[in-house]
Amino acid sequence: MMDTAPHSTSHSTAHPASRGAMWLRLLTGGARPLHDWSTVRACDGILAGRPARYLAIVPDADNGFPRARNGEVGLVEGWRLAQAVRDVIDEDRDRAVQDKRPIVAIIDVPSQAYGRREEAYGIHQALAGAVAAYADARRAGHPVIGLIVGLAMSGAFLAHGYQANRLVALDDPDVAVHAMGKASAARVTLRSVEALEQLAARVPPMAYDIKSFASLGILHEVLRLTNLALPDEQDLALVHGALEAALADILSDPRRDLANRLQGAHRGASRRVRELLATQWEAAD
Amino acid sequence: MNIDELLQRDSFIERGARARAQALLDPGTCRELAGPFERLHSPWLAMQQLVTQADDGVVVAKGLLGGRPTVVLAIEGAFQGGSMGEIGGAKIAGALELAVRDNERGVPTQAVIVFETGGVRLQEANLGLAAIADIQSGIVALRRYRPVVGVSAGTVGCYGGMSIAAGLCSYFIMTREARLGLNGPQVIEQEAGVAEFDARQRGLIWSLTGGEQRVATHLADACVDDDTAAVRAAVADCFARGVPPVHRSDRAADFLACLAQVDTTQQATPDDVRRLYGKGLA
Repeated sequence: MMDTAPHSTSHSTAHPASRGAMWLRLLTGGARPLHDWSTVRACDGILAGRPARYLAIVPDADNGFPRARNGEVGLVEGWRLAQAVRDVIDEDRDRAVQDKRPIVAIIDVPSQAYGRREEAYGIHQALAGAVAAYADARRAGHPVIGLIVGLAMSGAFLAHGYQANRLVALDDPDVAVHAMGKASAARVTLRSVEALEQLAARVPPMAYDIKSFASLGILHEVLRLTNLALPDEQDLALVHGALEAALADILSDPRRDLANRLQGAHRGASRRVRELLATQWEAAD
Repeated sequence: MNIDELLQRDSFIERGARARAQALLDPGTCRELAGPFERLHSPWLAMQQLVTQADDGVVVAKGLLGGRPTVVLAIEGAFQGGSMGEIGGAKIAGALELAVRDNERGVPTQAVIVFETGGVRLQEANLGLAAIADIQSGIVALRRYRPVVGVSAGTVGCYGGMSIAAGLCSYFIMTREARLGLNGPQVIEQEAGVAEFDARQRGLIWSLTGGEQRVATHLADACVDDDTAAVRAAVADCFARGVPPVHRSDRAADFLACLAQVDTTQQATPDDVRRLYGKGLA
């Protein structure tokens, strides 16, 4: 697929098929990235009339780490994400809570990087760096919104977006949230890929599609666009509107934790366990 | 350890999650919350005709450690590989959230997490992943007040999204038998090929991700013998050190400076990592 998206700018060297790069460009009006990093892009843009920081992971076919060339979150990506988020926290340190800039994580991450180098140098720690930065940003009062425009897989999603106050996803067959690719998940659970797919069709948390994921109650909103490959002005306005609505929802919520995700019909057990714990917590002393 | 010591010791590895939690808390103070008699069976495993367990493989135990209010969250590696499903994940996340609430109210409750887990329970995939995000949020919130101490004794080790949770802990204690890594060897082999990682080579796995290597490379804090008293002493020592001035997860600049020196055209050896991190993270 050739990159024919509007607002394309000459300095962009992103992978032609990168949804993350396309949406970063569209949402920030082609703003210049703040660093010369090849895979972690941070750009300034406007959200609800106020400055906001947008972050995306993009592919780099020449990445020095060979297992992180297709947009995977690897060692360097995890630590740079951490830096990019902490930059915002540090820059806004002296601002009042209501003036802390929103952070929008544009999520299009096929996976974490699977490789020997990655394990040797502690990729888990790099991803923890990113998770801690996003969680600290949220706790500090930065409204954090995750916009899922492609794949949101496993450890990569945990590192880039899952700590957001609110998650918004595009309704699209190429958008998916999951813990592991089908081939590996089948191997680990001692099943065939066909058996896995049959189960995924009737067990909501096992499904790969975004509609099933939405049924878990974790998403704030799912958006249906007219033209997914080449979003038009109307589509862009719809996404901007959803981000603004998510921002307003965050600002009207006194809580800065992830409790708003627990209300879904399929998370009854998550709520019951918390109720039990709360009842027994004090009684145990 | 010599033979006499081996015979005398009280193995931590051989204990189940409940016995581990009891051993870490001061004698007579351990109370289990949301325990097996609440019959919290996973609804999702049952839908797939898989065996459930009344505690879903996670023990929440509240008590005192060295006289301080402590909650131990112990994962049972013998049930479904210690995988995190909706219920087990909610037990850990919910307990961390209550410990945060305690601290906000001036009660300095601290937490120990005993990691024996392959990560997300794939039969509950997206709810396991969501629970791990909740757990991670809980650790980051709690560690501002009191240290969150992680332990992995083996033999399952600590993998997947829970290895990221381990990377958020204030301190991490391992035995030589334990492993800590994001992607399990089988999954790397499946995704990247046997030349990238041969999952049958146990020596390779432990030399890169075992407890001794992780401590030597500053990715964990203490490598202790498989002895309950030694594990308990190491946990107490971590709490005595208090909240670290900078958490390991917040050392992006140090790690990036090290990674910039890696020759990425070569595969990494255990010695490469020791040389690089031994100097750069000391």
